[in-house]
Amino acid sequence: MARKISMKDAINEAIDQEMRRDPTVIVMGEDIVGGTGSPGETDAWGGVLGVTKGLFAKHGDRLMDTPLSESAYIGAAIGAATCGLRPIAELMFVDFMGVCLDQIYNQAAKFRYMFGGKAETPVVIRAMCGAGFRAAAQHSQMLTPIFTHIPGLKVVCPSNAYDCKGLLIQSIRDNDPVIFLEHKNLYGHESEVPEESYAIPFGEANIVRDGKHATIVTYGQTVHRSVDAANALAKEAIECEVIDLRTLSPVDMDTVIESVEKTGRLICVDEANPRCSIASDISATVAQEAFGALKAPIRMVTAPHTPVPFSPALEDIYVPTANAIAEAVRKTVGGTRKAA
Amino acid sequence: MMSNNPFPLSKEKLLEAYRTMRTIREFEERLHVDFARGDIPGFVHLYAGEEASAAGIMMHLNDNDRIASTHRGHGHCIAKGVDVKEMMAEIYGKSTGACRGKGGSMHIADLSKGMMGANGILGAGAPLICGAALAAQKLGHGGVGISFVGDGASNQGTFLESLNLAAVWNLPAIFVVENNGYAESTSVDWAVAVDSYVDRASGFGLPGITVDGTDFFAVYEAAGEVIKRAREGGGPSLLECKMVRFHGHFEGDAQTYRGKGELEDIRANKDCIKFFQARVREAGVISTSEFEAIDKEVARLIEEAVAEAKAASLPSAKELLTDVYVAY
Repeated sequence: MARKISMKDAINEAIDQEMRRDPTVIVMGEDIVGGTGSPGETDAWGGVLGVTKGLFAKHGDRLMDTPLSESAYIGAAIGAATCGLRPIAELMFVDFMGVCLDQIYNQAAKFRYMFGGKAETPVVIRAMCGAGFRAAAQHSQMLTPIFTHIPGLKVVCPSNAYDCKGLLIQSIRDNDPVIFLEHKNLYGHESEVPEESYAIPFGEANIVRDGKHATIVTYGQTVHRSVDAANALAKEAIECEVIDLRTLSPVDMDTVIESVEKTGRLICVDEANPRCSIASDISATVAQEAFGALKAPIRMVTAPHTPVPFSPALEDIYVPTANAIAEAVRKTVGGTRKAA
Repeated sequence: MMSNNPFPLSKEKLLEAYRTMRTIREFEERLHVDFARGDIPGFVHLYAGEEASAAGIMMHLNDNDRIASTHRGHGHCIAKGVDVKEMMAEIYGKSTGACRGKGGSMHIADLSKGMMGANGILGAGAPLICGAALAAQKLGHGGVGISFVGDGASNQGTFLESLNLAAVWNLPAIFVVENNGYAESTSVDWAVAVDSYVDRASGFGLPGITVDGTDFFAVYEAAGEVIKRAREGGGPSLLECKMVRFHGHFEGDAQTYRGKGELEDIRANKDCIKFFQARVREAGVISTSEFEAIDKEVARLIEEAVAEAKAASLPSAKELLTDVYVAY
């Protein structure tokens, strides 16, 4: 049995192993070394939550602190990626993407197409996403749909340490720009993670739980809430299949459609705001591709269409809860369904 | 004729510089005519009048050196060695274009030549060049990165952030401000609060130089100095080239923001190619007939480029969906 480590440690290990394997991998970001030029410890922080702690001691100046200049250093990572390096740029919170979005969606995402297939931009932009830290509206968003909307970007949002390590290694080796979103609430979440290096291919969803009555499709933190909901529903003899998309671009619609063809019911759970979300995208695709298989209307369980609130009393009801997911499933299967 | 060459370049190199400038001029003046005739789709921003900057700077570069250009990028492309016929085909939207017809005038690129792309987003090239310079530094191949902006984009946050980042990381990067006096229609005198870009550079801890961008030799000399310093690990610099733009911001611009007689005056009295020819001819290094021989060759090249671009095939419909990802 493999050891259990946290998602935070899995990220650190993935970066460490890739830096050992490939000398062109570099890491940059605000405070990712955490103390450059300061009178105390040079690598005091290792990232604002300590995710890259210890890597500077192993890899030296291949890890670079940056000034607080998201446009400049995200752009630099993108430029360097077209010049023979494989940069991992850490943008502390995905909420800061707005500051540097041009470099991501007009530059990195478009080089290959605009230049007639003659460019490769192997850059990974890591950022924390999601609510649950009492960090309020500008540090808590789940902006995944912003990035899946843009052709040319790959978008990853893992739900556990095992997937996180394998998907991050794949992201670093991938030759396209990857937006790698780490749910800050999951940093401490532990799972079995092999010590050796491994890559998980993009576009392969994970069926976390088998079931025949309804399909729940989700990703990130709400995978766990969906499993909790499914476990509760099992006591009511409702068996849910829970699908963790893992990567949102590319997205594994085959697995989703296959499941819906089996269960006939679809519940899309998304921490993002509902309009033009991952949930609405999956819903629309299933309605188009597998309408005949549906026995009930598709339901979406998402955050409300509001900014993320600060007060714990409000934030706790912002992210879809296991109860809300279970209730949506009950409505979908007919509310009074008995054991099949 | 010649025996004493007073210039810092051999006769061969001077001929090369002239050919580059003449090629840019001919390319742009031809586009001006063909665009007006309706032959060319989209937006075109012409570099005519600014040739001494592209040529004077790029004479110092090799394929290892990277440049990031602007929406007004044809001159930079030609001077950096991008194939002129492929450029023309690209501007015509043809499958034989430098970007197979998917980029157009504002996105011509050839990474094999170190040309990271014209760019439709003003100031966007500066961060990218920090990355190119960082790669040169980390990979140790001695290359430099050169970011071009106009006086307009010199006010973009991306540009200003990049000056600081390049200084903090001591990157082999040069930030060239091609100051043609107008950000689209808005005067630099109004839109840039400092009197001198040298002051702006020093505000970011960078050395700055301002040169007469219509003087090829002034550009060449200043660029040589800052590029040499960058190659030797001396860090980034800012180079301002004061220049003139012979056409509008884009083709179709009526240019009513210009002063009365301004265009006639700059064409008659601030033509960097005429200046170059006069200097070199008077020094007895290159004769009129030698210039004319190049002019004829360039005219033929552009004529062929246009003919071939017009005759080339359009991209097939399946091209719409390719080249989005390396692998998906």
